[in-house]
Amino acid sequence: MSNLISYKTFLLIGVGGAIGASMRYSLNLLVPFTNLPYATIIVNILGCFILAFSINNGQLKARVPEPFLLALNTGILGSFTTFSTFSIESIQLLTVNLGTGFIYIILNLFGGLAACLCGYLLAKQVDKAKNSDGGYA
Amino acid sequence: MSWLLVSVGGFLGANARYLVGVTFNKSEPLRPYGTWIANISGSILLGVLFVLLESGQINQLVFILLGTGFCGAYTTFSTFGTELLAMIVGSQWKQALLYIISSILISFTSVWIILYLFN
Repeated sequence: MSNLISYKTFLLIGVGGAIGASMRYSLNLLVPFTNLPYATIIVNILGCFILAFSINNGQLKARVPEPFLLALNTGILGSFTTFSTFSIESIQLLTVNLGTGFIYIILNLFGGLAACLCGYLLAKQVDKAKNSDGGYA
Repeated sequence: MSWLLVSVGGFLGANARYLVGVTFNKSEPLRPYGTWIANISGSILLGVLFVLLESGQINQLVFILLGTGFCGAYTTFSTFGTELLAMIVGSQWKQALLYIISSILISFTSVWIILYLFN
């Protein structure tokens, strides 16, 4: 265990994970459960967008210390989003109504992938804008 | 109380995912076996916890600690999404398709079996 993870890494990822899971839990309490579990869709799409930006933006990587990025990316964003709840809710919805289940699955998958693409493109755009007016020859 | 339980579960779940990730994930070419294992095993564990909760064998607080906290944080959708995008951007279409289909098919089938055969 000590070969794989240092005490500092354990704390950084753990505290990030606690924050991310608590934020997901809060959103679950705040968003009313209607015909679709929107809370899961929201956390997964939002988390995908922010993570894709965070890991693809050069400015962020250059300026934010590595331990903080580990706590943010692996800790907070990894734990804020969830695949297990997505699996359970998909099966529950599919067995009640196939159509609703498919809509839920499509919203998570394509919404998440589209959010990743938007985060990625924005990250590259921000880098490009910074490099073109940053005064570097 | 439930906030503390979610936090403790999240603390441990995120570290469990990290350990599985550093052990099994491969890069260049990107082969996220760790994320794949975490998402499938976490979905199975959450399915079992859900059945136990429904049948009254564990209470709501245990479910909040292990289900919402641990399983929620141990599994991840954001890393899954960014890994898929990296494969697509790198034109690894076959890998991306294999990754998305195997993750979903195995998780969903396992959860379906747990929820509706053992319930």
